[in-house]
Amino acid sequence: MNVPETPASSNGFAVRADHVSRHYKMGDALIRAVDQISLEVRAGEFLALLGASGSGKSTLLNLIAGLDRPSSGAIFAQGRNLAAMSSEELAAHRNQTIGIVFQSFQLLPRMTLEENVELPLRIAETPRSERPGRVREALERVRLGARVKHRPTELSGGEQQRAAIARALVNRPMILLADEPTGNLDSKTGEEIMNLIAEIHRPPSGPGRTIIMVTHEHALAERYADRIVTLSDGAISREENLR
Amino acid sequence: MKVADLAELAARNLREAVLRNSLTTLGIAVGVASLVALLSLGVGLQQLVDRSVARAGLFDTVSVRPRQSAPLGQGVGLRRTPRDAADLQPPRVLDDAARNEIAALPNVVEVNPEVRFTAEARREPNSQLVTVSGMAQSSQSSGTLDDMTGNFFSGPDAEEAIVQGDLAKRLLANGKAPASLLGQEITLRFAQRQALPPRSEQAQPEAPNQAASPDEDAMGFSIVPSEKKFRVVGVLPASDSVGGQARFNNAGLYLPLAVAEKLQVVQRDDLRDVARSTMSVGTRYAALNVLVNSPAAVAQIESRVSDMGFAAFSLIDVTRNLRTFFAIFDLFLGIFGSLALAVASLGIINTLVMAILERRREIGVLKALGAANRDVRQLFFAEAGVMGLVGGVFGVLLGWAIGRAIQFGTVLYLKRQGLNPPNIWSVPWWLVLGAIGFAVLVSLASGIYPASRAARLDPVEALRYE
Repeated sequence: MNVPETPASSNGFAVRADHVSRHYKMGDALIRAVDQISLEVRAGEFLALLGASGSGKSTLLNLIAGLDRPSSGAIFAQGRNLAAMSSEELAAHRNQTIGIVFQSFQLLPRMTLEENVELPLRIAETPRSERPGRVREALERVRLGARVKHRPTELSGGEQQRAAIARALVNRPMILLADEPTGNLDSKTGEEIMNLIAEIHRPPSGPGRTIIMVTHEHALAERYADRIVTLSDGAISREENLR
Repeated sequence: MKVADLAELAARNLREAVLRNSLTTLGIAVGVASLVALLSLGVGLQQLVDRSVARAGLFDTVSVRPRQSAPLGQGVGLRRTPRDAADLQPPRVLDDAARNEIAALPNVVEVNPEVRFTAEARREPNSQLVTVSGMAQSSQSSGTLDDMTGNFFSGPDAEEAIVQGDLAKRLLANGKAPASLLGQEITLRFAQRQALPPRSEQAQPEAPNQAASPDEDAMGFSIVPSEKKFRVVGVLPASDSVGGQARFNNAGLYLPLAVAEKLQVVQRDDLRDVARSTMSVGTRYAALNVLVNSPAAVAQIESRVSDMGFAAFSLIDVTRNLRTFFAIFDLFLGIFGSLALAVASLGIINTLVMAILERRREIGVLKALGAANRDVRQLFFAEAGVMGLVGGVFGVLLGWAIGRAIQFGTVLYLKRQGLNPPNIWSVPWWLVLGAIGFAVLVSLASGIYPASRAARLDPVEALRYE
């Protein structure tokens, strides 16, 4: 059951986490991957989640993405409480409200680029007549218009990540989540990808998007993000407002 | 996801592991083929029996006799409707009035008297005692004579005969084919009744080969031997061939009904009627054969005729038991045929479980992009369904080919044995559709476990899988 966020809890935030925890049991030990985190991300903001490996940043991103459910607390995305959503509603949230980019691209190797990018449209049951135009638009935006018939294995790492970004944007979500998007790329290609994400955040024309990016590179976060939230042992240890 | 997208993705996934999925599909095809081959044999045998019974007139004929057929102290040969109260009343006479009443019943096509007697058939130097029966013109189009060599009677009054192959063999010289009797004349010698005029006007009997006038007004009749020649126009298959099945009113020789009536042959009940003091005026029949327009109406006509006060008899109960037998027979064939399909279903489960392990990350990606558990479940169901559909179609074709091979082998074997081979194999449209539907159903049932397991996968775990 989807519970609409009250006006007090919304207030123009794209995402709001309220005392969110995600605990795992491993044998007798309780792992507090995310522990009582409260966080607000404004609509149109570029937030970088920084932290060492195992600090809980990817777990928090998965909770915001609706890929995982919190053990306690609430997460609101676009005013809707993810913790109260059914699995079907969470799936619709992943399809419509957010787009996700992974470190390892996660393109399906058996499909061409256009088929990979078309997948979210198939899931959304977008009419077939609309799909080719939407796919072309998304691929041209990431400058892959000439590679639509290629399979992922025929592309470089940077091109694969650009294709993954096109796939994340094809349903025109308002929030883009990126989990170490440059982690598998060399510095030059990584910079190209970050420039592309920055362009998606603040395009030359039209509305921008809220970006939440997980990274362990402080310099990268400082260069592109509006705000950096550093996590340590599942809790927020530091917040820096950059712009 | 829309059905078209699911089917497209399922077909694409199946093409990716083409060898494994083809082998699984082949397993289903073999299962369906065994089911189709066995059931087509069962259906073919049932149709063979149905055809034989229909040709014999068992499905659409009701035999009617007067109720008082047997005097006290003697059993009744035919089944009688138990109506004790009616039995106490004077039995009703089976005369022209009764015949017209029966003919007026709904669904009755025609009512013919049963003329049946024993005669000697002779073609020098051979002779043979034979049961002779009168055959109505309607028998020509009833399918009764489909396997006859020669022609039907040229007219209702033609002095022609149709003989059984067995009789033809005995009347011919050794080794000659029964059909060689066609066009030849045979002589029938029979017991003819001739009317006795009132005692005051005793007259000499007429020539034996001339039919006498009706004897309703006579005080009685005399029995004289009589002979008449008939030309053989048709020969039915001998009883040792497969097509030579028994017929309703089975006889060794058939004459046109009107001709047989005119012969004035002594009938069984004639002697009893003479013995009775209550001889009525007009024609009295020993039995009438009522032809009904559909087997479904036989039971109703039987009941109506019983209500009129006559004994009615049909073999509908026998055919009902036959159908029950074949239903059970087909069920057993179906169970044995399904065993191979059950084994094939294990192949589907194995293939789909393997696919889950191989496509774990793909399932994670689909879920990350917004696919609901339902979408993933339906995708695996669609893959199982496509395998079932393709396997079902190929299985039907394979089963059809196996059935043809069995039929071909049977025909070859029976021909070598000198028998007339029947069609023992049939693939009706309902078997084709049913087998394909069953294959899809079994495949979907096999996909339940793998599909639910795929749908339950944790996307975070699945995305981490390498």
